[in-house]
Amino acid sequence: MDSEKTRKERTLSEDPERRPEVKRLQSRQPSPPVATGSEAQGITIEGLSAFYGSFKAVTDASMNIQANKVTALIGPSGCGKSTFLRCLNRMHEVIPGARAEGCVRLGDQDIYAKGSDPVKIRQRVGMVFQKPNPFSKSIYENVAWGARINGYRGNMDELVERSLRQAAIWDEVKDRLKESGMGLSGGQQQRLCIARTLAVEPEVILMDEPASALDPVSTQKIEDTMEELKKRYTVVIVTHNMQQAARISDYTGFFYIEHMGDPGRLWEFDATDKIFSNPERKETEDYVTGRFG
Amino acid sequence: MTQSSTRRTQTEGRPEPGADFRTSTSVRYGLDRLFTGLVFIATIIGLIVLAVLLVDVAIDGIPRLSWDFITSFPSSFPDNAGIYPALLGSLWLLALTTLISVPLGIGAAIYLEEYAPDSRINRLIEINISNLAGVPSIIYGLLGLGIFVNFLGPITGGRSIISGALTLALLILPVIIIAAREALRAIPNAVREGGMALGATRWEVIRSHLLPMALPGALTGTILALSRAIGETAPLIVVGAATFITFAPEGPRDAYSALPIQIFSWVSQPQAGFAVAAAAGIVVLMAVLVLANSFAIWLRNKYQRRG
Amino acid sequence: MIVGADLNRPLPLWKSAEMRLSCGYAVLLEVQKVAIEARRGQNSGTEVWHRESRGRYLRERLVKVVLAACAYLSVFTTIGIVLVLLFETINFFRQVSIVEFFTSTTWSAAFANPQFGIMVLASGTLLTTAVAIAVALPLGLLAAIYLSEYASTGMRRWLKPALEVLAGVPTIVYGFFALTFLTPLLKATILPGLPIFNALSAGLIMGVMIIPTIASVSEDALYAVPRSLREGGYALGATKREVATKIVVPAALSGIVAAVILGISRAIGETMIVAVAAGALAQLTLNPLQSVQTMTAYIVQVASGETATGTLTFSTIFAVGAALFVMTLVLNIIAYLFVRRFRETY
Repeated sequence: MDSEKTRKERTLSEDPERRPEVKRLQSRQPSPPVATGSEAQGITIEGLSAFYGSFKAVTDASMNIQANKVTALIGPSGCGKSTFLRCLNRMHEVIPGARAEGCVRLGDQDIYAKGSDPVKIRQRVGMVFQKPNPFSKSIYENVAWGARINGYRGNMDELVERSLRQAAIWDEVKDRLKESGMGLSGGQQQRLCIARTLAVEPEVILMDEPASALDPVSTQKIEDTMEELKKRYTVVIVTHNMQQAARISDYTGFFYIEHMGDPGRLWEFDATDKIFSNPERKETEDYVTGRFG
Repeated sequence: MTQSSTRRTQTEGRPEPGADFRTSTSVRYGLDRLFTGLVFIATIIGLIVLAVLLVDVAIDGIPRLSWDFITSFPSSFPDNAGIYPALLGSLWLLALTTLISVPLGIGAAIYLEEYAPDSRINRLIEINISNLAGVPSIIYGLLGLGIFVNFLGPITGGRSIISGALTLALLILPVIIIAAREALRAIPNAVREGGMALGATRWEVIRSHLLPMALPGALTGTILALSRAIGETAPLIVVGAATFITFAPEGPRDAYSALPIQIFSWVSQPQAGFAVAAAAGIVVLMAVLVLANSFAIWLRNKYQRRG
Repeated sequence: MIVGADLNRPLPLWKSAEMRLSCGYAVLLEVQKVAIEARRGQNSGTEVWHRESRGRYLRERLVKVVLAACAYLSVFTTIGIVLVLLFETINFFRQVSIVEFFTSTTWSAAFANPQFGIMVLASGTLLTTAVAIAVALPLGLLAAIYLSEYASTGMRRWLKPALEVLAGVPTIVYGFFALTFLTPLLKATILPGLPIFNALSAGLIMGVMIIPTIASVSEDALYAVPRSLREGGYALGATKREVATKIVVPAALSGIVAAVILGISRAIGETMIVAVAAGALAQLTLNPLQSVQTMTAYIVQVASGETATGTLTFSTIFAVGAALFVMTLVLNIIAYLFVRRFRETY
């Protein structure tokens, strides 16, 4: 694994003492045969707060996101799940007046450190949005564009096909790659957006309610891809749908606002089984059993 | 109040519904119909005047049109006078003004929409641009006269095509900036976020996605601005476009005339023959404008189909 | 690796041949190598991805500076206007007393013993502007009401651009029309004593030209009035006209005021219509049936004549221009404040 070593040298100084958990997981789940050079990374969040101007949307959230696992973020509307997610690849600050405080480490690198380049962070931490947002270009170009700007010099046709296959949409679009991505159905558009994100070969994929605007069949297809995805990527998904969280995730974080006007808090974070069967806090139990929200 | 209570005692019983209200609905409906007619007529009066204007100019001007009129130089005799150098001058101005103003205008719009942080100085630039759009064109003429003709005279050649084009470029720049900004603003943020989430830099998102999407809108506004520049007269008079010229301009530093300047010069002559020549010149000018606008529409449709 | 990020895009035409040569043979070889490897399916990560191209970041910074320069150009334009006007105006006031400029009732710049009373030119401007607004205010406002409240979507789509055409006709064409069509028509019908050059014709046609300005800004204001206000009116039993004139128009008033002020500002700055149709006789009058010279028409008269740089007459056009600039600037700022107030309300 020559490639892996070089990648590490470039991005982080490997320190096994500090990431025993990640190491263990990786040794148990070896990378799939199509090695690409990017290796899934965990994310460590410490004391993260997010603001819109003077409004504090999320306060003091800390969690450990495991590599090669699916982590779901659940909670009632407006409790800061999406804002928290956007802080993980510095998309939050794209909104005028928005800023974040605290420490987010991708592997060993503090992504909010001085001199840390948001563009490079986003190359490594991709994102799929709530509403599908394909570019008004051909299906092929939608997938190829991100790879191209990131300096991909391999066989583009292969990469496009591989990404579309991973996103479970290849069979539906293989005969019309030159047609506009805007002409697809909502569910297909969203899978195209997933393919587009995969083509950049990130280490982490963030998904902000990727199935909320979709029909059940499309949702099913996207959920099906999730098992495959976590073999190679770390996935963090915000969802409104508790069954979905229970079905697809390994870990679950519950966000909650105690009083109106307060910022959102990470109320509880644990293995998904634990959250859904035997949570520590009463509010979590109320939420997952459907007593409110 | 007192009136209504007295009436109620007089009728001794439940008042008829609406008895307290004087205006009958039929009168109100009549006024409504009248008003509907009034606002419609007010809307089309302007268009009627425009139609009369076009017909009047066409009647005066079209009989005078001929190939000779297009290819002749101005003359002291109205029947021999032509617009060749003025037409060439206008085309020169159009080309140079486009080359100068379009990149600058779209560049400024991109900066203000996509880069500028919401700071005091950038808000100042915005207010400044909307104010510049309201400055009378003749003031731009004075600016051009002071800077391009006099101060930079050794470089521009003084009263030259390039001085005129620079003046017109500054004049229409605010319009282009505003049009391009609107086109950029109409693009949903999801496009920007989608690009940036792939690790693209701002400029990569702009060049690959935002510019192609904004181009049809920006182009339409730009061509409208350019057609305004073709018709501008006052600033060109001030920066010294010549009214009587006997050679065709060959380079940006040459002296020049322009269609509207030629028309103005003929309108100012007392002989009736020159008024006819002016009408013919107007027909040519309007034809150029219609061509420019049709081109704008064609271009926009072409881009829209591709998107 | 500066060219690294660009390799997968076709090179732009203008740098094809030369660029390819100067990029160097080595780069081409490398691309070839990567391509061959990719086909074999053995491409290892480090050679397929070149994520950290320094050229990208350099280019990003360069682009930002260039674009910012474009935006700042507009500031320099304003500074340029102010400096040019100020410079020549100071020259002018070295030779002419400022008191005379604002109080004298004669303007005779070209005579041997010149007098400079801006009031005279200002009265010409005021007169033509007043006539223009008398036309454009009612027509523009009523048109705005029609477009916003009455017209069907189809009519709106057709009529709005048609009205905009009125503002797109070159002003020299309007001037020609006022001089050769409207004035003779007025003379032949209701005003036999009308001189060939007069403020009335120029003002009337200028009014037509300004209709789109007033109509479109007013229409935006009317259209922005919330539906709930209209529905409140209808629920009280008001007719469409009553809702339009008594609820929507008052609610949009500050926007309409802004529209009218913008219209006035355009009329004051309008040049060719008055230069062609109102005449060149500088006299202090408020009678629209007379020939007048406006501030703009004076600038055109001097600029189209032979006036040498540095003479007093040359300086006068900048002094008049400065007065014009200040007037329109003040009006534009007032209009801006009204528009802002309107936007804050809704």
